[in-house]
Amino acid sequence: MDIPAFLDQLWLARIPLLKGLGVSISISFLSILVGTVLGVFVGLALTYGYRPVQWIVRGYTDFIRGTPVLVLVLASYYVLSTIGIDLGPFQAGILALSIFCSSHVGELVRGALQAIPKGQTEAAKAIGLTFSQTFLYVLGPQAMRQALPAWVNTAAEMVKASTLLSIIGVAELLLRTQELISRTFMSLEFYFFAGFLYFVINYSIERFGRYVERKTAVSS
Amino acid sequence: MTQTLLEIRDLHKRYGTVEVLKGVDCTMAQGEVISIIGSSGSGKTTMLRCINMLEEFQGGSIRIDGQEIGYETVGGVRKRKKENEIARQRAMTGMAFQQFNLFPHMTAAKNIMLGLMKVRGMGRDEARSVAEKWLDRVGLLSRIDHYPGQLSGGQQQRVAIARAIAMNPKLMLFDEVTSALDPELVNEVLQVIKGLAEDGMSMLLVTHEMRFAYEVSTRVIFMNQGRIGEEGNPKDMFVKPQTERLAEFLKSSSFN
Repeated sequence: MDIPAFLDQLWLARIPLLKGLGVSISISFLSILVGTVLGVFVGLALTYGYRPVQWIVRGYTDFIRGTPVLVLVLASYYVLSTIGIDLGPFQAGILALSIFCSSHVGELVRGALQAIPKGQTEAAKAIGLTFSQTFLYVLGPQAMRQALPAWVNTAAEMVKASTLLSIIGVAELLLRTQELISRTFMSLEFYFFAGFLYFVINYSIERFGRYVERKTAVSS
Repeated sequence: MTQTLLEIRDLHKRYGTVEVLKGVDCTMAQGEVISIIGSSGSGKTTMLRCINMLEEFQGGSIRIDGQEIGYETVGGVRKRKKENEIARQRAMTGMAFQQFNLFPHMTAAKNIMLGLMKVRGMGRDEARSVAEKWLDRVGLLSRIDHYPGQLSGGQQQRVAIARAIAMNPKLMLFDEVTSALDPELVNEVLQVIKGLAEDGMSMLLVTHEMRFAYEVSTRVIFMNQGRIGEEGNPKDMFVKPQTERLAEFLKSSSFN
């Protein structure tokens, strides 16, 4: 391994690599954000929805979770355009990842809500809280703490899944890296470097999760 | 003549095809302390939970201060009231549970303040001072910023009672509040309830503490297989039960 040559190439390619990193982070951030917001509603529907609503949403999550993410990505890019919805690769990718994320977060939220003892809801009702107040002040905060560690895992999965958008031509970190390798033939070095950057992102997410966990911990 | 607070008429409750309440009638005046006793499965807890609509019921009516609870009849059809209306009606009663059900992510003060702020519309400072007053009353002012996990069972139950009573309910419902406690912690909770009774709080207690029911109640109701088996003042009930069922029950529950 020729370290000076690698560093030389790295310096030359710093702008496209940084752009790629930025795109990767944007994809991850947006899909985690949208997926989580959607996922909370999915979880609520799974837990409290009327029967028919539950069936429909259950079908949605089972279907999405049983489908490879790559298939979702390809479908939202190539299939949607055949029915007249023309999304760019970036938007199509965000759509696919958000939907994927929402089905996972939905399950997390459902599990966390169902793990809360029934007495909590009853006590909230007994002091006269409405359903939305009960969720906002009593169930939500408890479910959030319960689901947080698993949610961090899901967020890390989304960062890894963002690499799949390279297939539909989104110039994120992996695609930039591959372009660079095809020019410099330094595959080991640059794959290793990209891997390192992904690790840094995920490690930061994990630290952030730990931090929130500590901040919101209830003393006993 | 004291004012009628609670009026239950022909209350029927079914779980599927099993009828657990088979027509309960009960009238309660302001300031009364009524203990409901009976063996498990007799419907006493269910009856209590119907009063604040934690259970739906299929027939009969419950009125508190003249207001019909939970259901209304429009054009001959019995309909459940709207969720927000039921929430408002629930705030007329306070309830303490067997398992305390404190909110584990909130301190003692916050547990009490939540309802005061969100239901009664108090500001933070006013709610805090009401919480202080009631925690002091149950002897736990020094634990005001403790989380439920840092309190003993008896202390948790006292906070839970303070949370309910701070809402200034017209009627307090106690559902076997000492059943989950270690024997040495039972008394501190009973003392709190006794103090409330002496203040003239209207209370309905489902309890297994016969001695306590005897001492604190103005009236006792014995539930038997979904109906009121016998009722009367505690002296008559415990000393000379009229029905064989009650006599048997008292014998098995070690009241003497």
